Amino acid sequence: MRAEAQEFYKGTYLENTGRYKGIWAWLTSTDHKRIGLMYLYAIATFFIVGVIMGLLMRIELISPGKTIVEPQAYNGLFTVHGIIMIFMVVIPGLSATFGNFFLPIMIGARDVSFPRLNLFSFYLFLFGSFLAILSQFMRHGPPDTGWTFYAPYSTTTGTNVIMATTAAFILGFSSILTGLNFIVTVHRLRAPGMRFFRMPLFPWAIYATAWIQLLATPVVGITLLMIIAERLFRIGFFDPALGGDPVLYQHLFWIYSHPAVYIMILPAMGVITEIIPTFCQRKVYGYKAIALSSVAIAAVGYLVWGHHMYTSGMSGKSLWLFSFLTFVVAVPSAIKVFNWLATMYKGSIDMKPPFLFALFFIFLFTIGGLTGLVLGALATNVHVHDTSFVVAHFHYIIFGGMGFAMFAAIHYWFPKIYGRMYNLKQATVASIIMFVGFNLLYFPQFIIGIEGMPRRYYDYFPQFQPAQVISTIGGFVLAAGLALMFYNLIRSARKGEKAPANPWNGTTLEWQIPSPPPLENFDEIPHINERPYSFK
Amino acid sequence: MNYGIHYGASNFVEKIDYTFYFILGIDIFFFILITILMIYFVVRYNKKRHQKAVQVQERTWLEVLWITIPLILVLAMFYVGWKNYIPLRRPPKDALEVKVIGRMWDWQFVYPDGKVATTLYVPLNKPVKLNLYSPDVLHGFFIPAFRIKEDVVPGKNNYTWFTATQLGEYDIYCSAYCGMRHAYMYSKVKVVPTEEFNSILANLKVASSTDGEAVLRNNGCFSCHSMDGTRLVGPSFKGLWGAKKTVITPDGKKETIVVDEKYLEESIIDPNAKVEEGFMPNVMRSYKGIIKDEEIKAIIEYFKNSDGEAKKE
Repeated sequence: MRAEAQEFYKGTYLENTGRYKGIWAWLTSTDHKRIGLMYLYAIATFFIVGVIMGLLMRIELISPGKTIVEPQAYNGLFTVHGIIMIFMVVIPGLSATFGNFFLPIMIGARDVSFPRLNLFSFYLFLFGSFLAILSQFMRHGPPDTGWTFYAPYSTTTGTNVIMATTAAFILGFSSILTGLNFIVTVHRLRAPGMRFFRMPLFPWAIYATAWIQLLATPVVGITLLMIIAERLFRIGFFDPALGGDPVLYQHLFWIYSHPAVYIMILPAMGVITEIIPTFCQRKVYGYKAIALSSVAIAAVGYLVWGHHMYTSGMSGKSLWLFSFLTFVVAVPSAIKVFNWLATMYKGSIDMKPPFLFALFFIFLFTIGGLTGLVLGALATNVHVHDTSFVVAHFHYIIFGGMGFAMFAAIHYWFPKIYGRMYNLKQATVASIIMFVGFNLLYFPQFIIGIEGMPRRYYDYFPQFQPAQVISTIGGFVLAAGLALMFYNLIRSARKGEKAPANPWNGTTLEWQIPSPPPLENFDEIPHINERPYSFK
Repeated sequence: MNYGIHYGASNFVEKIDYTFYFILGIDIFFFILITILMIYFVVRYNKKRHQKAVQVQERTWLEVLWITIPLILVLAMFYVGWKNYIPLRRPPKDALEVKVIGRMWDWQFVYPDGKVATTLYVPLNKPVKLNLYSPDVLHGFFIPAFRIKEDVVPGKNNYTWFTATQLGEYDIYCSAYCGMRHAYMYSKVKVVPTEEFNSILANLKVASSTDGEAVLRNNGCFSCHSMDGTRLVGPSFKGLWGAKKTVITPDGKKETIVVDEKYLEESIIDPNAKVEEGFMPNVMRSYKGIIKDEEIKAIIEYFKNSDGEAKKE
């Protein structure tokens, strides 16, 4: 084994082809770095599809009444936009791409614990995504239930719900297996001397996320199977006409889907926690507090799902408890924000694109989090629940949070992944355009939400139009920024200047190996004897 | 234009808006604090001005401080939110009870004596309890001007209540997504003085099971099927009886049929068995058990007798 491995070190992971050549060398590779990149390319493609659907909705909403599509097509658009963005982009987003690529390197491992299972997870992901996209084009028309598949509409509508839920079920399995793989990897493959509290904070976040993936995803899997069983065999789980309970569906769905929000955001927080110390050249402030707050979020995050259902007619006691726990879970997120700020204090701040993205993340995530408090309180929730206020809040957290963290991560690790540097000026310009477009797009939705604009509305009264027009303009500004960013990254991956191994002067292990990394990452597994982020 | 947070017309408005200001006030304070600190640090400790980072040591008191203060504040928010929410679930015993039927895709209001309306008329300054009923899927009963919203859950006896405090007309939206015409599931609440309310109530009609048109109206049929030939979600009812139609069966076969008693009954009980060409299948759900046999007969009689002239078409 050792001798064989030695031989591979001659080339980088991009060059080594193994048994097969060309595209097959990628499709059959069990190398965590190649799998991570394949996820990245697939997810970027799905993201573009989701963005185009979002833009179509924005065009439709620019004026009251019909603008470009019929109501049924609009309902299909927001459903499929949701399914693609949630299940195919955001949930696997950071953990399957950068988690795969960098988790093993950052803890000093040569690969994940189960490389073949890792490749299998990728194929499950592709197959599930294929089904999800196919459900758009089959005979009965795209699913029109919203990504939440609320029963009994989802068990009675004539559209392609079965295929879409099957897709989500399979995507769920991919997520479970990835989570399992990462948990075992963190437990078994840390470099000698790397205790848990010497692990960098991105692996910490991925580790906490993996537990949620492993424990919460099966619940939604079973729930989606129940929908299918109800549709095919008329078993009455949720439809009162068959003796079922529609609120039961909501409970089962949110038992997964609320923790899923943390699957989306925890790795994002992890990325930001890597970037801020590097660009401030300062040890991260409150290492333990940040690490443990990830775990706290993962744990308490299980118990707050009911805040999606304040208006469903739950008992007063459950309302009380869910609202209480929802406020408690806000605290660990606040801790992280304060620790990030404190890390900037007396640093030596280098405003490079990854750091700029991280600042935008903090700004947008803070707005998302603070508006979440309005939604968590019972009295105010009743007014803004199911309005565009929720749409705005959600996009601030998921797109402003996870999305901008994803962009930050790409710009941070790009020189490591490809061994080349992108155009820094273009990246900065793109990030600012996106930031402006983002706020134009989503901020007006807070205001009309408070004024009573319900969500998932194809049509609206003229009083909401000014805000809708601003949102649509913002959507196109954002898309222009995205286009510039993609152009810069794609061009630079092939033609960018050669990047040094450690362009940002980072301290974590991935910066101590060549760029791009060799096939098995480390010539010799390093011995760790201190906490990360110790800048000298 | 009576919409927006600055406009309220029920007993709940004051307390709920107070909660908004309380939470948003703290939010804005922290938002400004975080943003200013961020900008200040970025400018003050920029690499150009501050070339060597200082490796500041953690201070426990600081960590404790920023755990404790947010915790106290969020618990205060929780408490204010909870306290001001309690009244929403406690309707007074003497409230006027109205049954709200939310269905795909309109609202109907049934008063205690069986009188039926499609606009919610309520007397000023009198508590009204709404018993929410759905015969099909989830809906959401939402009156922004009153700050109330509650899901209309099939199979559950959900409710909401309010006391209207200002005369006027206010929007009622469906807030829970319910299918194709979700955005058009709209009605109004009209707040009127008590005397006017009584006279309106006296003029409303009782739901009838022998008047076909009333049965159609009471089941929301007209939100998808027009009477004047306009094309809505489903085929128009104009000139329906005896008309020749090309229909498509679930396995995709085309058939030509004449609209008769059998076809009408089938289209109510099993609407997707034969769908008129050019219309989407699987949009209408079965009304089996919801429209009773005698009501189906009344509908058929109604179509038979309604517009004899249009029959030739």
